[in-house]
Amino acid sequence: MTLALEAAVLGILTGGVYALMASGLTLIFGVMRIINVGHGALVVLGAYLSFALWNRWNIDPFLSLVVTMPVMFVLGVILQIVFVRPLKTDREALSVLVTYGLALGIEGLLGYFFTSNYVQITAWYDTASFPIGSFRVAYVYVLGFLLCLAILGAMFLLLYRTSFGSAIRATMLNRTAAQLVGIDVDRVSAFAFGIGMATAAAGGVVFGITNSFNPGSHYDLISRLLTIIVLGGLGSLRGAIIAALIMLVTTDITAVVISPVWASFVFFVILVAVLLVRPQGLFGVSVRDRL
Amino acid sequence: MRLPDMRVLMGSGMVVLLAFALVLPSISPDSATTNMATFTLMYVGLATAWNIMGGYTGYISLGHAGFFGFGSYTLGLLLAKLGVAGGYTPFLFVPVAGLITALLAVLVGWFALRTRAATFVIVTIAFMFMLQLLAENLIGLTGGGSGLGFPIPPWRGDFYDIPFYYAMLVLALLGLAVSWWIRRSKFGLGLLAIRDDEDKALAVGVPAGAFKLTAFVVSAALVGMIGGVYGYYVTYIYPQFVVDPLIGISMVLMVFLGGLGTLGGPVLGAVILEPAQLWLAYHYGASRLYLVLYSAVFLLVILLMPRGIIPSVRELIARWRARAPAPQKVVAP
Repeated sequence: MTLALEAAVLGILTGGVYALMASGLTLIFGVMRIINVGHGALVVLGAYLSFALWNRWNIDPFLSLVVTMPVMFVLGVILQIVFVRPLKTDREALSVLVTYGLALGIEGLLGYFFTSNYVQITAWYDTASFPIGSFRVAYVYVLGFLLCLAILGAMFLLLYRTSFGSAIRATMLNRTAAQLVGIDVDRVSAFAFGIGMATAAAGGVVFGITNSFNPGSHYDLISRLLTIIVLGGLGSLRGAIIAALIMLVTTDITAVVISPVWASFVFFVILVAVLLVRPQGLFGVSVRDRL
Repeated sequence: MRLPDMRVLMGSGMVVLLAFALVLPSISPDSATTNMATFTLMYVGLATAWNIMGGYTGYISLGHAGFFGFGSYTLGLLLAKLGVAGGYTPFLFVPVAGLITALLAVLVGWFALRTRAATFVIVTIAFMFMLQLLAENLIGLTGGGSGLGFPIPPWRGDFYDIPFYYAMLVLALLGLAVSWWIRRSKFGLGLLAIRDDEDKALAVGVPAGAFKLTAFVVSAALVGMIGGVYGYYVTYIYPQFVVDPLIGISMVLMVFLGGLGTLGGPVLGAVILEPAQLWLAYHYGASRLYLVLYSAVFLLVILLMPRGIIPSVRELIARWRARAPAPQKVVAP
């Protein structure tokens, strides 16, 4: 029982990280109607950037976000302009292929520069822990959770309290109508992609501290992130956050109660069960997601 | 000049290609070439099978590698449980593996096809990783990470690749025949209607649900059979190498390169990309640069030719034809 409780607490803490990564992915989908299969690779890229900064100049991984988040934002804007914007026909299918191609390229480049050995970002706080009741929780999980909470909060403020946020939300609701009222949807799309990348960088740091990773880690990540956003309902930020928490809590509890090897499998089963009842996901708005 | 009839041109081209495919093993200089040809034919079959679902109905499945791996494991397990020895007999069980894969596809299609467009893409990806996990974790059945062995074929040296070459050829031709028949049938017309507008298709009486599921199952069964032959060819299979996302994405890319929803497109795409991929793997496989180069090819294909070779060429010809027959004026001297 204590084990399960501990797993649940850990699940919520790591769920926050996945919520951050998944919210970037679902934001990109919402604005552009594209599935960014390369999101996992970009998270891993973010992790490697922080790893390199820490490894070479001993920069604290959390502090390195001051550098990596803007870098990833700019990279995201460039990627959107070069690879996503030119897709005019059959966007949905082609975008999957293009972002998959990007993921392969990033994986290849990371493998070239960092080899395929597993690495992990370490810092002074990664082994320190504090007690909660009968078990101990590592500081790094709490710090990561708080960081993700802060960035998610900033994202919500941006989306709901600024005029640029309104432009993003308008584009998500109806691209054509947004264009008609004078919103530069191309600019909004590029910025949304950049924001998605910046959150991937932040998620990557926490992922890199709490997991060992290699360039091929993105497959596992993207399959989890995609199932999260489908469970939450494509394009729904709220859905992505709740689904991330559900996923991580169930997988972590399964890992201690049954066996770690079945952890991800249980989540897939939940996904199938939900889709049978609600094909649009928990918070999906419409059955017809074809625009 | 009158343009040659496209049909005659295409028909004779196909006969020449088929004849070439039939005699290729005997004119092939070494077994490496036969091996390359075998893998190319494998992808001709895979891309053609994927096109039946992805091209005709417009439902993009990125999880076909799951069916590939499932077919592979099914054949391997059948052969192991029945104690079939290496030789020609294992090929007889390939259709059985295809049938069992079809059953799985009915189950998967039943829940996956409740979703559309983007959600469908993601559900198929999730299905593939689910199968990969199962293959890794059901150690008692699949051997988990230590792999599953097939019976060792008794053939030696130069002859070894040839039976597999012809098995892949038969499956590729079977796929093409099915694809050709579907394209001409009322069923195929229904699939195209679903691709263009599913709700309108439903409204005019196309049984969209049954049609989509049928296309999905046919496509998966073909892929499963090819996976079976592949497993026997490589004699040892591992979860991450047969349920490989790269296999799944490669067949999709080939279809897009050749021309989505066309009969010849997947063939063309496979014949161009697979040798290129093998060449890259052979020359740069040791370093990770292989992946970078492959992704560069990948991105160039999509960005430069998003509609595929065959539709682009067709459009060119149509434009050229529209311009060409300017009637020559007879000028009086």
